[in-house]
Amino acid sequence: MDFKDTPEEAAFRAEVRAWIDANAPKHLEGELKRASFGSNGIASEDPIAAGKAWQKKKAEAGWACLHWPKEYGGGARTPIERVIWGQEEGPYAALTGVFTIGHGMCGPTVMSWASEEHKRELLPPLASGETVWCQLFSEPASGSDLAGLRTRAVKADDGSGDWIINGQKIWTSGAQYSDWGLLITRTNPDVPKHKGLTMFFLNMKSPGVEVRPIKQANGQSSFNEVYFTDVRIPDSQRLGEVGQGWEVSLTTLMNERLSIGSGMSTGFPELFRFCMEAEIDGAPAVDDSGVRSKLAQFAVKQSGLKYTGMRAISALSKGETPGPENSIGKLVAGAAMQELSMFALDLQGEAGVLWNEDSPQQGRFQAMLMRSPATRIEGGSDEILRNIIGERVLGLPGDIRVDKNVAFKDIPTSGRKN
Amino acid sequence: MNLDFSDEQKQLREQVRRFLSENCTSETVRSILEGPESYDKELYQGLAELGVLGAAIPEEYGGVGLTHLELCVVAEELGRVLAPVPVSSSIYLTAEFLMLAGSEKQKETWLPKLASGEAIGAFAFAEGQGRMAPAKIKATVSGGKLSGTKSPVADGDVADVLVVAAKNEKGNVSLYLVEAAAKGVSRETLETIDPTRSQARITFDGAPAELLGAEGDGWHIATQVLDRAAVLMAFEQVGGADRSLEIARDYALERMAFGRPIGSFQAVKHILADMYVSATLARSNCYYGAWALNSGAAEFPVAAATARVSATTAFQHCAKNNIQVHGGMGFTWAFDCHLYYRRSNALAVALGSLSSWESQLIERMSAGNAEQAA
Ligand SMILES: Cc1cc2nc3c(=O)[nH]c(=O)nc-3n(C[C@H](O)[C@H](O)[C@H](O)COP(=O)(O)OP(=O)(O)OC[C@H]3O[C@@H](n4cnc5c(N)ncnc54)[C@H](O)[C@@H]3O)c2cc1C
Repeated sequence: MDFKDTPEEAAFRAEVRAWIDANAPKHLEGELKRASFGSNGIASEDPIAAGKAWQKKKAEAGWACLHWPKEYGGGARTPIERVIWGQEEGPYAALTGVFTIGHGMCGPTVMSWASEEHKRELLPPLASGETVWCQLFSEPASGSDLAGLRTRAVKADDGSGDWIINGQKIWTSGAQYSDWGLLITRTNPDVPKHKGLTMFFLNMKSPGVEVRPIKQANGQSSFNEVYFTDVRIPDSQRLGEVGQGWEVSLTTLMNERLSIGSGMSTGFPELFRFCMEAEIDGAPAVDDSGVRSKLAQFAVKQSGLKYTGMRAISALSKGETPGPENSIGKLVAGAAMQELSMFALDLQGEAGVLWNEDSPQQGRFQAMLMRSPATRIEGGSDEILRNIIGERVLGLPGDIRVDKNVAFKDIPTSGRKN
Repeated sequence: MNLDFSDEQKQLREQVRRFLSENCTSETVRSILEGPESYDKELYQGLAELGVLGAAIPEEYGGVGLTHLELCVVAEELGRVLAPVPVSSSIYLTAEFLMLAGSEKQKETWLPKLASGEAIGAFAFAEGQGRMAPAKIKATVSGGKLSGTKSPVADGDVADVLVVAAKNEKGNVSLYLVEAAAKGVSRETLETIDPTRSQARITFDGAPAELLGAEGDGWHIATQVLDRAAVLMAFEQVGGADRSLEIARDYALERMAFGRPIGSFQAVKHILADMYVSATLARSNCYYGAWALNSGAAEFPVAAATARVSATTAFQHCAKNNIQVHGGMGFTWAFDCHLYYRRSNALAVALGSLSSWESQLIERMSAGNAEQAA
């Protein structure tokens, strides 16, 4: 058991630190640190352009996608080197949040399922931040129950082998500035729902793709509705066999839990700093016993997640594969963020109601309060994550599936039109 | 970086687990719970022979000369089976007091006996209700004679040697070694929610007391030793939490209701998932505490309180929900659920209550640096 760097790790850390010190956009550091839970909340520059610029710089120096092989534009680094990089990159990592879906989920799926030719064409520009990817999975009637999706792909009747897509996706993060999308469709409604799916990658600029931003509960618009009207996709852009889409999507979903769950902050450091500054009856809030008790519980959640992540990395570096136990990251962090921001507002008293510039701490906790409900839903809701832990980690029986052996077209759904 | 026990440490875990599966069954625990004895002597002797008691005591003092990491591994196993033995009082506390602050002679006298199980030690600090604090100590030592009453003292009824916190003539808190058999010491066993870890009231009436560590340094030494013990006890708690989860999971697979195993109902599945979450967070925090304890890292005080708060929370969470998952069976004497429930609540107030550790954690973080936990 050792937290300290080995000499090689220390040398690597020094190299990373020196490079970041010489190259990071230092003028954005303050803004990035103030933004809640690592979101790219910079207002002084175009956040997408700033993210692309930082990614490009990293790629040119060999620091992009440290978990990918070199031939696809990655850094081929060990799990521990990736952790060290993450620790040293610090707040600048938030700049490239726009690539999280591409680097964390779409890239690995392409790597597992695309032809060698496509990998060499698609992955390097994704690694270097020239292209942005989105994940076109959820639909109005299928989120948790993803396999219930209805967007149709049918073979064009012109003999070209192309596929024609019609339907609608929803909640697609970043679709408004994406170049490519990973798209799951239904190719056969006459078989049980998991069996009739097929995966593609799609150029988002294709004719017939329409992206409509959705105004979210917190007032922002990071996700979208995406409509497909007779969109044409060449068969060469299929990932996996026809009907194998569910299997392909599992690669994405597994990587999703790994990538969004790991290293997620609960917001505790910000709350702790706030409690050092805020006052209760003229004394620092941190001296109040009730405050301490709450803070301590948030503190051990935060550190528990951090060290659970380190245990996972330790296992990974010994050759073990990451499993469903990684569902714990987002489950704990999401709920903690929500409670923590409510607690911060409580400490702010009546001023806790204020928003943005007028509010204490530039509205950081208010932003967290208004964003955290989404964290408990996106990438698998709390309930789905608990099912995964219960069934796949603890070995409990699966939920009863009434739709298991029923042809998709015969499954009753809410608000189904056809 | 490597946040895991070594292969040798894992082997030790297997060895201790095998030993305990044979020598510390539910019947063993129940015989102490229901019988007149305060601890299981045979089990304690067996642990001594296995080298478990002396794991972290240097060889020159009759120990095995391993590190605190090995002791952490052992503690977790003891916690899993609710071992009814005075290891925490004798080894996590008394032996650590001697190793940290004892004179050469005190170490030579007592450490070999503690390691061999020939003598049992206990730490007498509390004097009635409320949080541990130097201001609350009324026991006094004057001219080498100790007077006052300590209660509750874990394993105080079976201890041969006591580490006692008392005020000297100048009113400063110091620590003293007192032999339980000495004249002027009287003690009685107290009723508790968990008789598998006995508690006593000890009255000192001019008992001979020998200074342990520098005069007036008592609170300082006690804080350091309590931090060490906190990590070890946290491992016991994680062992108990994990075992509670296993028992609940097994029951959920076996018990049928409405034609299905109850573990297939989400309300039950989600209780179990949450137990897994709290036990996992606590385990990770304990590994952090173990590392800091063993490496003498500057952040040790924060790490110790982190492990302790997290493990206390997890064990209570898992033990109470273990009963819930068992339904009515869980509330019977015959099922083991209440053994874990008792122990989880007893350990939650041992070495200082949860809220006092929560408070210490935050105090230590504010004295240091919030980023430590970031
Ligand atoms: C901010 C944000 C960004 C997102 N980005 C993307 C994206 O980029 N691409 C994409 O494809 N999707 C995206 N999503 C969609 C997301 O994956 C889904 O919202 C999520 O999977 C939940 O599905 P749903 O919204 O349809 O809720 P539903 O599935 O309708 O769930 C409603 C409620 O029922 C519960 N529930 C459903 N099934 C079960 C069950 N079996 N057991 C117990 N409870 C159950 C849920 O937990 C929830 O509480 C995003 C969502 C959000 C909030």
